[in-house]
Amino acid sequence: MKRVEGLGLIDRRTPLNFSFDGKPYQGFAGDTLASALLANGQRIMGRSFKYHRPRSVWGAWFDDPNAIFDIELNGFHEPNCPAATTYLEEGMQARAVNATPNAHSDIKGLLDKFNRFMPAGFYYKTFMWPNWHLFEGFIRNMAGLGRVENVAKSGYISEQHHATCDVLVIGGGAAGLAAARVAAESGRSVILADDHREFGGGLFRQGGLVEGQTPVDWVTEQLSAVTAAGGLVMPLTTAIGVYDHNLVGLVEAHAFGQAPSLHRIRAEQIIMATGAIDRPVTFANNDRPGIIAVDGALEFLARYGVLVGKNIAILSNNSLATPAAEILRTAGAKVRLLDASTGPFTAHGGKSLNAISQGTERIPCDTILASGGLVPLVHLWRHAGGKLSWRADIAAFVPAKGPVGMQAIGAANGTFDLDVSLSEARGENLPKSTYTLRPIQPDLTAKGRQWIDFQHDVTLKDIELAARENYTSVEHLKRYTTLGMASDQGKTSNMAGLAAMATLQGKSIPETGTTTFRPPFVPVPFEVYRGARRGQYFNPLKRLVLEPELRAAGAAMAEYGGSLRPAWFGSGPHEITREAIMARRAAAIFDASTLGKIEVIGPDAAAFLNFIYYNTMATLKPGFIRYGFMLTERGAVYDDGVVARMGENRFIISCSSSHVDGVVARLEAWRQDGNNPDRVFIHDTTPNWPTVTVTGPKAREILESLDLQIDLAPEAFKHMTWREGRFEGAVARVSRVSFSGDTSFEISVPVATATALWQAALAAGKPLGAGPAGVEALSILRAEKGYLIIGKDTDGDTMPHDLGFSIPRQKKTADFVGDRSLHTENANRADRKQLVGLMAPPGAAALPTGAHLVEVTLGKRRSIGYVTSSYHSPTLGHPIALALIEGGAARMGEDLTVWHMGKQSAAQVTSPCFYDPEGAALHA
Amino acid sequence: MQRFPCPFCGPRDEREFHFAGEAGKIRPTPSAAQSDTDWATYLYEAQNPRGPSREIWVHTPCQEYFIMTRDTVSMEVLGTEQLRKETL
Repeated sequence: MKRVEGLGLIDRRTPLNFSFDGKPYQGFAGDTLASALLANGQRIMGRSFKYHRPRSVWGAWFDDPNAIFDIELNGFHEPNCPAATTYLEEGMQARAVNATPNAHSDIKGLLDKFNRFMPAGFYYKTFMWPNWHLFEGFIRNMAGLGRVENVAKSGYISEQHHATCDVLVIGGGAAGLAAARVAAESGRSVILADDHREFGGGLFRQGGLVEGQTPVDWVTEQLSAVTAAGGLVMPLTTAIGVYDHNLVGLVEAHAFGQAPSLHRIRAEQIIMATGAIDRPVTFANNDRPGIIAVDGALEFLARYGVLVGKNIAILSNNSLATPAAEILRTAGAKVRLLDASTGPFTAHGGKSLNAISQGTERIPCDTILASGGLVPLVHLWRHAGGKLSWRADIAAFVPAKGPVGMQAIGAANGTFDLDVSLSEARGENLPKSTYTLRPIQPDLTAKGRQWIDFQHDVTLKDIELAARENYTSVEHLKRYTTLGMASDQGKTSNMAGLAAMATLQGKSIPETGTTTFRPPFVPVPFEVYRGARRGQYFNPLKRLVLEPELRAAGAAMAEYGGSLRPAWFGSGPHEITREAIMARRAAAIFDASTLGKIEVIGPDAAAFLNFIYYNTMATLKPGFIRYGFMLTERGAVYDDGVVARMGENRFIISCSSSHVDGVVARLEAWRQDGNNPDRVFIHDTTPNWPTVTVTGPKAREILESLDLQIDLAPEAFKHMTWREGRFEGAVARVSRVSFSGDTSFEISVPVATATALWQAALAAGKPLGAGPAGVEALSILRAEKGYLIIGKDTDGDTMPHDLGFSIPRQKKTADFVGDRSLHTENANRADRKQLVGLMAPPGAAALPTGAHLVEVTLGKRRSIGYVTSSYHSPTLGHPIALALIEGGAARMGEDLTVWHMGKQSAAQVTSPCFYDPEGAALHA
Repeated sequence: MQRFPCPFCGPRDEREFHFAGEAGKIRPTPSAAQSDTDWATYLYEAQNPRGPSREIWVHTPCQEYFIMTRDTVSMEVLGTEQLRKETL
């Protein structure tokens, strides 16, 4: 291996230092890690996944499955970088993955000797016999390639771009450049993308002139013409997938350590000019370092000036072997041509090659270049749903009936001659093709192991075994042997694998079929899919108007159902108990702004709400408030909340905090489905009306000092009514509803007035021993009262009668959402889970939330329900819990067994209401 | 990523839309008079056709529900129409 003077696109004036497996090397700007190592005579670049066989590169670009590196540069580490597509940078420290201590001498190389004990399906068989756990440690230790770090990379963010164009040309080889130029010069907007730094595709390796110019000059002229006509050219950009409606995902590489950008381009027309790669030849020991694709070797020579061997044997079945031999001879190699279709060949050598033999003839060589014919890269075509057809003359699948707006040209379309490609790209008459090929198939009788999938160590024997065990469908074959499931996703191995299965079954390759092609075409970091969709950008928190005030009062903020709310006020979770006691003895002041305030307006509003709610809402009078459930059509409780009637044709729904968006959506759906959308309107005013709730025995005293211009006397302002007052000149809606079980007032004011109201309430409360409280204390208060939280104390099957609300089910005559589902066999079952309270024995700790209640029959435990909420009640001085239990309402007083994480305890079924069951405090 | 034409807002990414059900499924009334079987049919049975399919979708930013006919095999959108009846 050596550099050849005068060849290559590398910049020989810019040497770059790097290391591989700890040893220092030097390459040039424009090198990939693979080309730089070859230029240094370093052939072994990795170990195979399963047998840890020494491997070198097979391909010079994305078709190389073998050389995979962990790379560090300036403190940035990236695992699993393909050496053939990673451009060299100064100071890179590369290590081969899957090799200890290094690729040259891997201690696990011994595994190769045990290959007969690890055939295809070995891993699956350990699940069946004798016991997976005997193998688990060993297999887990073997699994995976690169080293993954547990720390997030700061600043590693993939930029996301969106664009449209008339024509997107994928692939900047001869065909792509010509097609892009024609399209751009005809006035269409064009984007031309190529994955290399330099456009030109296969032009450099083919040698010779292009339409009378050197490849470099010709490419430069085409690019200038495209950009002069307004086209955009994107180097280092790989199309990774074609998605619905002509959306193409393209990943643009940047300097090492910087996340690739994702471009989502919607094109009217997609021109696929993605080229073709060499199919490997299946022969004994064909995985040895130094066995390289013909095209790969020519690429190394043309782009990087690296001649891969001195004494080369070309094992090929097609007409491109002769010009390849000529190019390599001109570069200084001794070349011998072998006809791959004459079979069976054996490579000799270990870490370095000695010879190739056919029968008794032994041909000494240091390098074997192999090609079983060109395979068009049709991946994107299949992503888009295009069909393939088999062309026997070139022994390859080519694009057939295409998706709308997509076209394949050049080598990707099975057109391998330069002049034919150019004519095809320009829509001219096609000259005659000169490419010819002699079909090959693997020799099943040949001795020695013949590799099909290099990275995953799938051999011809493995495919025979799969066929013998009846995994003959290509999709089964793939999964059983893991053929094509390596990080190159079968780019290289697919055709050889299909040929092997076809031969084994005596079928043709098209009869055997192909596996599914899925994006991404090349491995990309997950980051590319995430982009800026992280944290607050992914799921923005709703923020409270009063947040600065709450923080000033010492709030510990936490997320509840998508909103950032105070968990408690003060120095730690112990404040929760203090706040709960304060609420019961004096009063607590809450920010309840997240409660829904969804207005339903219009002449049909009353009838609409009557249909939406389980409870009868039509009879609610203006000034009054009613509690109710919304059900799904399947009868399950979706939300609970209160409805306030503002006037004849105006209601406000106050639903659960975390359900506001969902409730608005379902109201809108029913409004437009079956109702007259011109007679009822939905308007979400939740963010417009911050709410301060004052609850507790001193609540009325606090409200009195707020001067709301409302008669607050118990008989004048009863529980479940609302009044409109004023606060500092602004409208203040005051509702007497309670989620704590004590006298409570919810005061909602316009945003501009909220801060003054909060400050006034705190100031009024302070002399009375009242103060702010967080969501956690409120959760305890409501559980003491047996008030439920939908989704916590209910599940997806809970119906209203399971919660003790059965009157509308029996009496309501008007249709409502979910009505019929409340009268099915399932709804009438006696063993439905019903909400009850649970009391632990005196002195016991609070029951774990999620613990199961169990019934033991003949030594077998069966769950009959589970704990949904559990707290230590500071008011009552003992633990309380709510639970959903089969036939729970009929079990009052029953002693049950609680089972949690292998531990057993006892609890007694009670009413879910532990505090003020008569409601004296509530109505006070 | 598909591109759907909202009849009110024009072509938009599929991320802005929610599927709401197959078109033509009418809630049976009065619901109390429905047999278990008829109600179960309403709740659970879908045609799920291979090929052209008439469906109700909602464009979430504008909140309008509409009918979209699309081919479930080729993903081609064949047309959209307003769901809302003309009222005077």
